[in-house]
Amino acid sequence: MSHPLPSTQAPATLADRVAQATGESVFRCYQCGKCAAGCPLAAEMDYEPNQILRLLQLSLPGMEEEVLGSLAIWLCLTCETCAARCPQEVDLPRIMDYLRQESLRTGQAHPKAKDILAFHQAFLESIRKNGRLHEVGLISSYKLKTGHLLQDVGVAPKLLVRGKLSLLPHGIADRGQIARIFDKCANTPTTKEKGAAQ
Amino acid sequence: MKVGFFPGCSLEGSSREYNESLQAIAPALGLELCEVPDWNCCGATAAHTLNHKLALALPARILALAEQAGFTDLLVPCSACLVRLASTREELRQNEALRREISAVIELPYTGTTRVLSVLDMLLTCARDGLKDRVRQPFAHKVACYYGCYLTRPARLAPCRRTEDPQEMEELMRAVGAEPIDWAFKVECCGAGLSVSRLETVAELSGRILADAAERGAEAIVVACPMCHTNLDLRRAAIVRRRGTNWSLPVLYVSQVIGLALGLKERALGLHRHHVPVRFPAAATRQAMEVGAGPSASDGNGAAQREG
Repeated sequence: MSHPLPSTQAPATLADRVAQATGESVFRCYQCGKCAAGCPLAAEMDYEPNQILRLLQLSLPGMEEEVLGSLAIWLCLTCETCAARCPQEVDLPRIMDYLRQESLRTGQAHPKAKDILAFHQAFLESIRKNGRLHEVGLISSYKLKTGHLLQDVGVAPKLLVRGKLSLLPHGIADRGQIARIFDKCANTPTTKEKGAAQ
Repeated sequence: MKVGFFPGCSLEGSSREYNESLQAIAPALGLELCEVPDWNCCGATAAHTLNHKLALALPARILALAEQAGFTDLLVPCSACLVRLASTREELRQNEALRREISAVIELPYTGTTRVLSVLDMLLTCARDGLKDRVRQPFAHKVACYYGCYLTRPARLAPCRRTEDPQEMEELMRAVGAEPIDWAFKVECCGAGLSVSRLETVAELSGRILADAAERGAEAIVVACPMCHTNLDLRRAAIVRRRGTNWSLPVLYVSQVIGLALGLKERALGLHRHHVPVRFPAAATRQAMEVGAGPSASDGNGAAQREG
């Protein structure tokens, strides 16, 4: 696909949409790199946190796709260290949340984010069904989604012996209300299963 | 004193000893924990990662039910739940239209009158109110107070005042006779929500935390978050595999340490549910050396070395 020619009315950039959705301006960042220095996962990221902001600031052709297709946005743990140390008070974790949702909505999630995404989706499905998290159900559903059938098989007996595995979910009384909450919030596709398909 | 209580999902499952120990110490501290009726999951990392509106609605329902039950304060022992509830409360307070919208989504009135309280907030109040006098068995060990992320960040919502070097847990530990060590990883992230989907990452991050605590002579790590506990305790085998060092130092919830100091039974505090046994070989070794070696072993403190 070719890039559209610049028009008199420039379409909203990803940085604009970030600002609109989160109230955060990526242009506050002056690239000191403190976020990357404190980020526990910067070393594993394809773009460090400040580089994500730089790509958004520049918004040159292809850069927005780099951001939404990056692994970095999925590795972010929301540990909030970057936000705590940013001299410009950029709420990077909030921006990361928005970028993940955009990445998913536009079907650009990084292939290596597949397991992380499968876990989050299995988690929400468990809550939707029971109102509370059912850990056994979550893990089984995650395994089925990812095919990691043998992962943690050694951990389960340990948990069972210690009385930490409840085989049946602790469902809440008003499960109908929880399902309705999920439906009403469904404008952002939370259960778009194939978003990360390679 | 009656206080609203939102245990959260972990405390019903993999972290049930956190719940048991809180329930066990509450009467001794003069607290009555009143559970929010029909509470739901806060949505955790999954909700805020995938769906912002859902990440507001799920915690809002919990807060609305707490309001309905008449709780002015709501104790939230899980730090991850705590930050979800506190940030929802903040966002809905700042945005009236959003408050009305979310109230419609959850089909419940929500005004935001119920405040959220961390375990540290609650226990510190007790500590300043004479906890020391009730200590029957001082917890005489060197401890690494581990806060992780959400007890200190985001700073505007967190219960701890010093973001980079909080001291609240240290104050609590001193009140029950423990000796907090000075260390570098108290507010580092353990890897939290990637415990299942990226175990190697968690083993690396939690391994660094464990290594620093052990190298500086801690006999135990004290936590106030189910995620931190899971990663440092249940995931110990993965950490040991990755780092090649067999650390045996146990990880205790702050409520378990206080329970032990109050003289409560180990079983009532759920110590038997830990993956890493709660034993203190360093102290035993120290005692043995002091008893066995006679006058030459006068450097009692220096003997608290840990085998690698």
